[in-house]
Amino acid sequence: MKLIRNFLVLFAISSLSFLGCKPKDSDFQAKIEQSLKASPETQDVTVDVKDGIATLSGEVKDNDAKEKAARAARDVNGITKVENRITIAPAVAEAPPVQINSDSTLSRGVKDATKDFPTVTANVNNGVIALTGSIKRSDLQNLMMSLNTLKAKKIENHLTIK
Amino acid sequence: MSLQDKYKQVIDAANAGGVNNLQVREQDNVLHIDGSAPDGATKDKLWNIYNQIDPDYRAGDLLMNVDVAASAGTKAKVTTESTNLNIRKGPGTDQPIVGKAAHNEIVTLQSKTNDQWWLIKTDNGEEGYAYAQYLSPQ
Repeated sequence: MKLIRNFLVLFAISSLSFLGCKPKDSDFQAKIEQSLKASPETQDVTVDVKDGIATLSGEVKDNDAKEKAARAARDVNGITKVENRITIAPAVAEAPPVQINSDSTLSRGVKDATKDFPTVTANVNNGVIALTGSIKRSDLQNLMMSLNTLKAKKIENHLTIK
Repeated sequence: MSLQDKYKQVIDAANAGGVNNLQVREQDNVLHIDGSAPDGATKDKLWNIYNQIDPDYRAGDLLMNVDVAASAGTKAKVTTESTNLNIRKGPGTDQPIVGKAAHNEIVTLQSKTNDQWWLIKTDNGEEGYAYAQYLSPQ
């Protein structure tokens, strides 16, 4: 009996150590994660490995990134199958750029806006309106409100405020 | 700090005030806030917050083109400081003056030619273009 028991213990230990030598799912997972993290396109992909099957999920920007993530998993020795459940992010419409008026349009607008403020000088250059001279503080907001409607690139206010 | 953070209070007030077609875009280190406010009080509020964040508008990093929503037939008050408002033949200060609207007079908007010039009509029947900055939709 004792002999059999010892034998069983021995067998258990040896089989444990044998399993310990076999590359584990968690090792595969760590390797794949490392290679996914290495690239900005795939860094948000998550991976789960079970019995050598890698399941990828998450969202990437395009199909190339999705393929790249799959390759990262496939290239790990011991992975037998890749389940690619990655989704592709819908294209986000970018806000149209701000339209800046031409210097001639801006100059006309500036002339109208500063007509009632003879102490203000406004120069337009490459979309930028530069204000010099002086103005009463009570008039400043009015002037800025009208200049802000002109679709300039920038307004530089160097006015002396009285 | 990003410009959107710097002017967060303006953007929040625009949202809370019901500014239509609100667009907040940053371009060449300038924040552009565009939209149409439901009334003059909302627009004034945005400008007062702007002035609190950037006193006397010195930083040159925000352009706020928020008008007051008004359609044809809307009444507008002449909000010059004290003088009459010129009514002109065309949209521009180089255009001949065809009429005057008194300070605080109520006129009727015919159409918005652009953000600067509106076609208006006085109760006396005088019609022409006036500078929008001096018109407050009622």
